[in-house]
Amino acid sequence: MSTGLERERPPVEVTEADLEAVIGDRALSRDDHLNAPGFVIRPDDVQDVLSDLKERAGFDHLSCLTAQQYEDRYESIYHMKKYADPTQEVSIVVPTPTDEPVSESAEPVFRTADWHEREAFDLVGIDYEGHPDPRRILLPETWQGHPLSHDYDQEKPQLVTLTEHANPVQPDHHEAESDTMFLNVGPHHPATHGVLHIKAVLDGESVVDVDPDIGYLHRCEEQMCQQGTYRHQIMPYPDRWDYVSAGLLNEWAYARAAEDLADIEVPEYAQIIRTMGAEFCRIASHMLALATFALDVYGDFTAIFQYGMRDREVVQDILEDLTGQRLMFNYFRLGGVAWDLPEPREEFFAKCRNFLDELPAKVDEYHDLLTGNEIFQVRTIDTGILEPDVAKDYGCTGPVARGSGIDYDLRRDDPYGYYPELDWNVVTMDGCDNYARVLTRMQEVEESAKIIEQCLDLLEDWPEDERDIQSNVPRTLKPDADSEIYRAVEGAKGELGIYIRSDGTDKPARFKIRSPCFHNLSALGEMVEDEYIPDLIASLGSLDIVLGEVDR
Amino acid sequence: MSSNNPQQSIHDSTAPSTDTRDSRIGEGPDDRFNSKLREAFGSTPFILTKFDKFMNWVRGNSMFMLQFGIACCSIEMMHTYAIKHDLDRFGAGVPRASPRQADVMIVPGTIVSKFGPRMKRVYDQMPEPKFVVGMGSCTISGGPFQEGYNVVKGAEEIIPIDIHVPGCPPRPEALVYGVAKLQERIRNGESSAVVVKPYELEQFGDLERDELVQKLADDIDEEDLVMRYNWADSP
Repeated sequence: MSTGLERERPPVEVTEADLEAVIGDRALSRDDHLNAPGFVIRPDDVQDVLSDLKERAGFDHLSCLTAQQYEDRYESIYHMKKYADPTQEVSIVVPTPTDEPVSESAEPVFRTADWHEREAFDLVGIDYEGHPDPRRILLPETWQGHPLSHDYDQEKPQLVTLTEHANPVQPDHHEAESDTMFLNVGPHHPATHGVLHIKAVLDGESVVDVDPDIGYLHRCEEQMCQQGTYRHQIMPYPDRWDYVSAGLLNEWAYARAAEDLADIEVPEYAQIIRTMGAEFCRIASHMLALATFALDVYGDFTAIFQYGMRDREVVQDILEDLTGQRLMFNYFRLGGVAWDLPEPREEFFAKCRNFLDELPAKVDEYHDLLTGNEIFQVRTIDTGILEPDVAKDYGCTGPVARGSGIDYDLRRDDPYGYYPELDWNVVTMDGCDNYARVLTRMQEVEESAKIIEQCLDLLEDWPEDERDIQSNVPRTLKPDADSEIYRAVEGAKGELGIYIRSDGTDKPARFKIRSPCFHNLSALGEMVEDEYIPDLIASLGSLDIVLGEVDR
Repeated sequence: MSSNNPQQSIHDSTAPSTDTRDSRIGEGPDDRFNSKLREAFGSTPFILTKFDKFMNWVRGNSMFMLQFGIACCSIEMMHTYAIKHDLDRFGAGVPRASPRQADVMIVPGTIVSKFGPRMKRVYDQMPEPKFVVGMGSCTISGGPFQEGYNVVKGAEEIIPIDIHVPGCPPRPEALVYGVAKLQERIRNGESSAVVVKPYELEQFGDLERDELVQKLADDIDEEDLVMRYNWADSP
């Protein structure tokens, strides 16, 4: 089940020379990023190069696709990693001319490129040739212009329709005996965890086709971050991506990328506080995932939902003591955290320890109520199957990937913070079904508690005169022009990555968010095909998506 | 007493039996149950009031909320419904999944262009009389996302709102206070009249023929309902 902190088989290193050999003379030039070597290729070589990297060099994880516009060109950057070792990265840069931004689609190589390229078309305006479904994804179909391109005029009026949706598979499922039915789930629906809209086609009671329609909470987070200055104005926004109390985890994603970009050190003491706070957030987030999953499966505000909320209240109280806010913490600063632990420290430690002491009993209670329940097991075991290779193809990460047996956790594989010094396990399950995903989350809560306990011990014994919470950071941060970085952390839902390109000013020229929920949700279609409609709801619940992060 | 044998007259004392209650409360100064009102009632449980007033009082004390989560604020809204804060204590905490069964809609989050028409539709589906609590800064002005290209600058652009609860997000206590204020207004018969709404769902064919409409004419059916956002004019 758990694998310890060391991987069993260390993966093979790929050197830059190997990469150059694989890409060969298709590389027009080099465009290295701070995190990875970058190769510039021609727009019609995309599939070739990507599949060679996948097959011959083992880069099986298309982590992110960043699209952006320069003065003289458009650019798509494919950030590739390995599931076996995410510290091995390579960026494939595909420039396209401004007057005809057409690039080859990577969809046949990586399924996850499907949604990414739709988003790149929607927001930036790059066309991908050979894309199977070139529609807008976040903005309404009738939107005029591409908002993150340079010539977009935000003041122009827009029209949004409220139309009936048509059955997309009616023509090819039209037989005499079976007739398909089109069903809208959402965007206002209690089981969609927000404002997701699922266009489902049913044949009898089983699902033939689902098309998640997202963008009902597209709050222009990337634009907001591009308008803010590095030092203080960006940090409040990460809290609002994954708003299920996972704020500190998200802030860490931005902090990590920006600190590596501007070369800022973080004091050890601050790293421990960060680690502890982030794990509290993970517990709160997983508690809500469990509570709402019970709500989805059992269908009412019953005991388990209320129990989950009760335990979250305790965590939120602790986080409020630490950060000053219940939900939108804004506690991290570049180079540390905003302030030290609250005084009196003994009281704070006692409060945390009380929570940790009571946690095992509470977890037992959840197991009694939920996972040991026969009805629950019938609903979740062997439903919503997500095979590991499918999960990898869709770029799934976090508890969803680990529930499918993929041993991938950035806290261990791409270490940051204080995690490498602590003793904890990565939870993986081989079930690949809804039940495995729920169990993974419940066990991760226990692992997080272990991490917090060790952090508390360290913080309690930390010498009083060495409590540095922030390093010296210049008041105005201006990273070097044209430096680019892509960094990811393990958020509550999976790999949360940030791409920042600096143009020498105090604001990022491009800020791209790689959201784990976006990828996890894109795999929904694979999970629910030929399942019953209640299993669709259960599968959606087990993915634990947050629409704020899907739509950004 | 069996209901098969209707009692024709009352034989014993007409005073309400309070033995159990008295023994539970015990001796002491607690006279919660012996109010002047109760004394005035005596054994005749009648009260004289205006029907409207009575209806307002009932309405304010039994409000069904729409189970409606949009964004961050919905997490705090869930905490408001759940234990510890427990909105139900105030007679206003039964979340209903269908708008047809709800009286109050708490709008918990940012409204973006794509969601605007849907929210309008949900609001239209609620039966009269209906009330709206705007939760969080986003429903007031767009909040931290006000400058976004896709964000509606306040829910009041689309539906009328009775109570605004500021905060990002407001604490559950703040939402409880907002709902209590709404109840107070309903009880006093002060709930808001319908205000002018700049954004309405219109049929595409009824729109003025400007550049944008011309451009979309091939894609959109004449009959389709559309909502038009004029970012330049909004506050």
